[in-house]
Parts: sequence; structure tokens; C-alpha cells
Amino acid sequence: MATIELVNIAHAYVPGQYAVQDINLKWEEGVSSALLGPSGCGKTTLLKIISGLLKPTEGDVLLDGQRVNELSPKERNIAQVFQFPVVYETLNVFNNLAFPLRNRGIPEDKVKSRVNAIAEILELTHVLKKNAARLGAAEKQLISLGRGVVREDMAGILLDEPLTVIDPYQKLHIRRKLKQLQRELELTMIYVTHDQHEALTFAEQVTVMNTGEALQTGSPADLHTHPQAPFVGYFIGSPGMNIFDASLSGHTVTAGELSIDLPASTKADYSGAKMEIGIRPEFIVVHRDEQADAFICDVKNAYLTGNARILDLVGAGLQFKARVGDMSPIRQGERVWVRFPAANTVIYANERAIPTADKEAIA
Amino acid sequence: MKIRDNKAWFFVLPALIVMAVNAFIPFITVINFSIIDVFMNLPAVSVGMENFYTVINDDLFRGAFVRQVGFSLLILLIQVPLGIAIALALPKKSIWATLSLIGLGLPLLIPFNIVGIIWRVFTRADLGAVPALFSVFGYQYDVAQNAVDAYWTVVVMDVWHWTPLIVLLAYAGLSAIPDAYYQAAEIDGASRWRTFLFVTLPRLRSVLTIGILLRFMDSFRIYTEVFLLTGGGPGSTTTFLSDVLVRKAVISFDIGYSAALSLIYFFVILVVSYVFFLVLTSVGTNDDEAVPE
Repeated sequence: MATIELVNIAHAYVPGQYAVQDINLKWEEGVSSALLGPSGCGKTTLLKIISGLLKPTEGDVLLDGQRVNELSPKERNIAQVFQFPVVYETLNVFNNLAFPLRNRGIPEDKVKSRVNAIAEILELTHVLKKNAARLGAAEKQLISLGRGVVREDMAGILLDEPLTVIDPYQKLHIRRKLKQLQRELELTMIYVTHDQHEALTFAEQVTVMNTGEALQTGSPADLHTHPQAPFVGYFIGSPGMNIFDASLSGHTVTAGELSIDLPASTKADYSGAKMEIGIRPEFIVVHRDEQADAFICDVKNAYLTGNARILDLVGAGLQFKARVGDMSPIRQGERVWVRFPAANTVIYANERAIPTADKEAIA
Repeated sequence: MKIRDNKAWFFVLPALIVMAVNAFIPFITVINFSIIDVFMNLPAVSVGMENFYTVINDDLFRGAFVRQVGFSLLILLIQVPLGIAIALALPKKSIWATLSLIGLGLPLLIPFNIVGIIWRVFTRADLGAVPALFSVFGYQYDVAQNAVDAYWTVVVMDVWHWTPLIVLLAYAGLSAIPDAYYQAAEIDGASRWRTFLFVTLPRLRSVLTIGILLRFMDSFRIYTEVFLLTGGGPGSTTTFLSDVLVRKAVISFDIGYSAALSLIYFFVILVVSYVFFLVLTSVGTNDDEAVPE
């Protein structure tokens, strides 16, 4: 296992049109991470750059601090699992798993013990003699995974939306196997997905990407409570963060009737910047009875999603969503009183969160 | 049997009529001819299996049969690997790919008899390009007199004419292989040869099955081009089964012999094609293969 690092990576498939830009990311040894972003944001491009299938236009790829830009995928020793399961269809499962080892000229007795050990973990032992082409998508994907981890000296494993074509009831099984492998073999694992649920439940460290940029890297909890860009707030969470267009006058940011002061510690001058205020639906406090210092809002719509009730609210010159418990009696057409707790609101200037005093203290 | 209960037959009737005219009636006619002997205007005499024994014991047939099997085998051994190699060498998705495919496909559009005549002109001793080319190297090429020259010219002509079919099929098959397969092989550290063996070839299985079957059947039935180029000679070097059949049926008017030969001919193609099909669709798909104990 190794530490994987990208330094100032940029890549353009067509000269001048960058698919990814200014990427500086580091994945520590033995950590399970995720790259999360919508389709076409450059996740797969980054994976290919790491594995060596693609040579970046600019920047360096480092494995354990060594620059590996010039090395082929084979020499980098990185494994990759693709969206669609790839198996060698004329080979049985055993020979599929042995394929990467035999390509490297590893002695047959070593191949045998290694393949059997991996098959044991992946619960493929009973199908070892079966032709790989005859298995279902889930088992094929486990074989793809197995071919990656069967190499002992593997630097890291990259997973490119590996659950896309897997039946829902088998997704859980494969994800459990992934986690188990990651822990037992202490794999450096990077999991690419556009599904926030997959990313947040799988990884210890999540990087959110959009339009070729890495917006924020952090723990799932961190991304939830301190989204550093409006996109992160909006993309993570269900429903996503409410983002209000705002204006700045003096030290106060205003959106509709909602006014928030910039943190006292703010030194930078944000005049002329694009200002936004964000607050997550679950942090908005909704009362059914009249409150003195709250905004009056109308419930345009109220609907259940699993264990929560989502309210579409209009009031205070704003339109937004709030999330309350599924037992909440609030219904469509009612009038409610709403508060936006200052501690949970985030002010964005030019799509970057303005650091607040307490966050600076943490940092 | 009431008509009311059997209306469904009317739906299959058109197909049955076409099949009857197209296949059943001619086939049964040939079977009928194969067991009788017709001589001049005398009434036909039933001779049982005698025509078949005559054919099988005929040296003309035996010689042509052996040559035919050898020829088809040689054609497959040359055209299939060559076709795949050319398809692999073609550029991917560009104007050059389109132009190359059109250029390569041209021989397929030429009528068989024109192919024969083109090569006849090519190889003419007085004004052909081929003898002229060989004479540069001091070799006296003569397709009409030299058996080796004639045989190889027929082989080269067929390769020129039909390899593009394999190229087109293989190219279509290659473009249908997802990139992920090659990327996975690259990451698994497979050499180019092993990638070809375990990714490319298995993925070409279906198109190659069609290609090999078509090439086997067509090369086994070859007639027109050879007839025009060498007329089966010199001697019987390039006399294949169709040639024997035409000589017997049209020139000697030996209907019984020809019908028996036709049926044997047909049966051989059917059986060999079926064996090819079984082997090509099943190789490498079985369980339990080569697991070290």
C-alpha cells in the first residue's frame, strides 16, 4: 500500500479545454476515500490519471512521494475496477484471479495460495472452477475486484462507480465485501461515485468535485456541517442546502428579509463579490405557534421522504425547504414561524465559505 | 378436420410455398435423380445407391475432394489471421478508417466472373503484370503450364477477393469491444499477446464464427474464378469439386452421377459447417478448465 498524491494536476483532452484543473489531493495509506460529484465532473479522468491510463497535461502523480508520471499502469501497480464488470470470458474464475499474477511471472504455487486466499475473502471459492462469463454481474464485479487485490504489492485500488450495474439487493453484499477487504488488507482505496449515499457511508474521507475542480475534502460529517462551497452544500444532503442570493452592505449580508453580519474576525474585503447565504433544511427551526422574532412563512407543500417531512416554504422574501420529523403535524397550506439559527448559516463569497470565528479556532 | 379449426395453417402457407419452391422441391428432385440412371431417351432405371458408390470410388472425385479440403483449409489458415491482422492495423474512427474500409471492400463488390478475368489478364504470359514482375527476378512464371504457379495464383486470387470480408467483420467486432476491457488488461499487466488472446479474440468469437463459416462454405464451393483463370489445370492441379460436378452434369450429361455427387457435396458442407459452429461457439466456455490441483 502507498500514499497517493496529485500535485497541480490538470488535464485537457482537447488542447485548451480542461476537463480537470488545479487538483491537489492526497490519499493517505490504508484510508478508504471517495470522489463524489455529478456525471462529467472529471472523477473518472482523475482515476485514469492515477492508474496511468491517462497522462496528465500538467502536474505530477506521486506514489509514496515518488513521481510516477512516466510509469505504465503495470509498473505503478495500481488496481482499478470499472463501472461495467470486466472478466476474461474464456477463463474460469481461478484463472481470472490468477491472470495479473501470471502476467508478472509469479511462481505457480504462490499464485495458487494467493488466489485461494482472496477467493476465500470474496466468497468465490465455490465458483473457482466455473467459467467467468457464466456468472452474474455481482460475481463478475467481485472477480474484477479480486484481480485487483490479488497482487500483494499493490499500491492502491481505484473503483469507478463499481455498483452501477449491480442489482439493488446485491449492492449491499458487494459494499460489505469492499469494506471488509479495505479493513483486512489495509487498502488505499479510492471510490468514485455520483451517489452521495454510497460515498458518505463507504469512505472516511470524501472529496467533492464539480466541473473539473476539487471543491472540498473532508469527513462525511465535515462536508455536512461545514460545506465550503455552495455546490457541496447543495449536492450533499437530501434535500440539499438552501442557497440564497444575497447582497452585502457594510458588514451585513442580506437575502430577502434575512440579514446576517459577517463574522467579527473577517478582515477581507468582499465588496463586489457574489454573496450567498446557505442553510441546511434540517437546521431551520419551524414553529406552528406565533414567535416574536421569527419569520412568517406559508407551507406551499409538505411531503414525506422516509423518516422526514420536507416542507416547501415561502416567506421572508425567500423560497426554501425545511426538514422536520416525520411525526410533525405541519401540513400544506399552514402558516408557520421560522428561525434561521446563526450558528448553522454559512456565508459564501464567490462560491467560497467565509471562515467564521469558531472554524478559525478549530483550524 | 374442419377448416375453422385449422386457420393457423394459412399463416404459414406463404412460407411453406416459398420453402417448397426454393428448397424442398429441388432437393427432392436431386434425391430422385441420384437413385436412377437415365440414358438417352430410354425410360429411367432405378439403381439404388449405385451412383453413390460410383462417385465415391471415382478417382476424379477423390482427387478433387482431397484438393478441395486442402484448398479450404489453406484459405481459412491464410485469410482469418490475415483479416484479423489487417483489421487490427486499421486506424480507429477517422476519415482514414472509412477510406481504408471502402478500399478494402472493393474486391467484394466485383462479380466472380470479372474477378476471374481480371486475374487471367494479370497473369497472361504476353501482357500480364505478374509474369512481368517475376521475370524481373529471373523467374519464368507460367500459370498455364506450371502447376505450382497455377495453384498459388488461385490461392492468392481468393485471398485478394475474400480477405476483406474477414477484415470488415473483424473490424466491426473490434469496434464493439469496450475500452474498459483493454484498460483492465493493461492494469493487470498483460502483454500485448496475452491481451489479444484473452480479450480481443474471445470478444471476436461471434463475428469470426460467421466469417469462418462463410469462408469455409464459399471456398469449398469455389468455381467461377478458377474456371476462368485456369480452367482446372494444368492437368488437374486446380480441379475442385464444383468443376467435376459441372463437367459431369453439363458436359457429360451424367445426371445420376451428378445428383449423387451434389448430395455428397452438400452433406459434407453441412456436417463440416456444423462441426465448425459447435467448436467455435463452445471453445473456452466450459467450466472446470485447467484449475491446478
